[in-house]
Amino acid sequence: MGAVLTAGELRKGVKLEIDGEPYLIVDFEFAKPGKGQALYRCRLKNMISGSQFDRTYRSGDKFNAADLEEQEMQYLYNDGEQYHFMNMSSYEQIEISAAAVAETSNLLMENLIVNVLLFQGRPIGLTLPNFVDLKIVKSDPGIKGDTASGSTKPATLSTGHVIQVPLFVEEGETVRIDTRTGQYVERVKN
Amino acid sequence: MQRDETAVLSGRRRFLEIRSQVLRLIRAFFESEGFLEVQTPILTAAPAPEVHIRPIHASPDLFLAASPELHMKRLLAAGFEKIFQITRSFRDNERGRLHHPEFTILEWYRLGANYKDLQQDCQNLTRSVCRAIAPLPGLHFRGVELDFEGDWERCTVRQAYRRFAGWDPGPEPDQDRFDLDMAQKVEPNLGFPTPCILEDYPRSQAALARIKPGSPEVAERFELFWAGIELANGFSELTDPGEQRARFEAAIASKEQLEGIRYPMPGAFLESLHNLGPCAGIALGVDRFVMLVSGAESIDDVVAFPPETA
Repeated sequence: MGAVLTAGELRKGVKLEIDGEPYLIVDFEFAKPGKGQALYRCRLKNMISGSQFDRTYRSGDKFNAADLEEQEMQYLYNDGEQYHFMNMSSYEQIEISAAAVAETSNLLMENLIVNVLLFQGRPIGLTLPNFVDLKIVKSDPGIKGDTASGSTKPATLSTGHVIQVPLFVEEGETVRIDTRTGQYVERVKN
Repeated sequence: MQRDETAVLSGRRRFLEIRSQVLRLIRAFFESEGFLEVQTPILTAAPAPEVHIRPIHASPDLFLAASPELHMKRLLAAGFEKIFQITRSFRDNERGRLHHPEFTILEWYRLGANYKDLQQDCQNLTRSVCRAIAPLPGLHFRGVELDFEGDWERCTVRQAYRRFAGWDPGPEPDQDRFDLDMAQKVEPNLGFPTPCILEDYPRSQAALARIKPGSPEVAERFELFWAGIELANGFSELTDPGEQRARFEAAIASKEQLEGIRYPMPGAFLESLHNLGPCAGIALGVDRFVMLVSGAESIDDVVAFPPETA
């Protein structure tokens, strides 16, 4: 059970537990009409399903902060249904569902150390390092002479995910990707 | 850190310059109307007991004033006919795009006047300040062109709720529903492009206003809105000491339940009401007024140091 919060402590970025699920306040407005009561209008995003809704709270309302923690874990393998990680402090192995891994699987390679977000001890998502280096396993050669700046071509990463890279990047090379945008940053020497 | 602060304050300089100009223009306006500028205590043992305004404790026996209202009326009762004040007031737990717990308030009072006279003051004051400040071709706020010269919109609370919320609040509406719809349906629609006077509040929302003679279901209270923002709250003042005491007693009881604090009865103020004739008074949020005339998006833009950096 997380700490108890009052309505006056609600802000954008605060995480609450509502009906047993973790929610992030993504938008927040304080209103106090005339001589009336204080109103706290929140847009809440479910941190598991991603669904959003608006709710208005009054002063006097009380909340439980969502019981969340982050732990460093190393990605081991995917058995087709679950993703397997090792907790870097306890060396315990855990499984995370594909739904919780979501689109981070595009850039998730074996042995990568990631931050796993746990809600009441249960993994609900993960954050990759800001940059990851991945090998290109397939990309057709760029067409000679086509050197116009900004020209790109598709390239398949070792994870199976396809990104756009500049024409000069070749199959077998390793590239750096910004995991926040999902975009190519630069070539890295093997 | 220091460099960040310099950059932020430089960015606010334009707004702070307009703020300074607005303060000068407000003083010039009231001087030209024959008002006396007064100063009343910020530290007080007996703040006005209002259910939804939480004073800030300064010491075990003293509070920071949540408004200068009670002291201003004690001056009126002593025969000061036209007075105004620009001061800081303090309200705990109020923080938002339009709220700071420490804010600048303008209050003015007229003996022998009613809320209609104050509405006229609002119009004259706004035009006088805006004419001096508005760059041609006009004022803009959040992409909306504001008009201070046109005829002001005017509607009763009843009309506004029927139109924007779809129900009639009557004399004693459900408080929660009234507040919610005010914040979400009524306020956001008021004051485009000219300011709007919302008047004749249900009697349960009277605060320190008198009941309208001949219309016992409403109080002679109004609020001024511009571009969906509540700017001022004024009324024909309640001067009946018995009724005022009863309203305070009810508020003190509610606050004791809500806050666990028993506030003292403002005795000197109640005493002064015995000498107070008909009068009217109003409070205007100076920070919000500066926001509107300068086009600032947030109240943070129009003060040098918002609460988190104070």
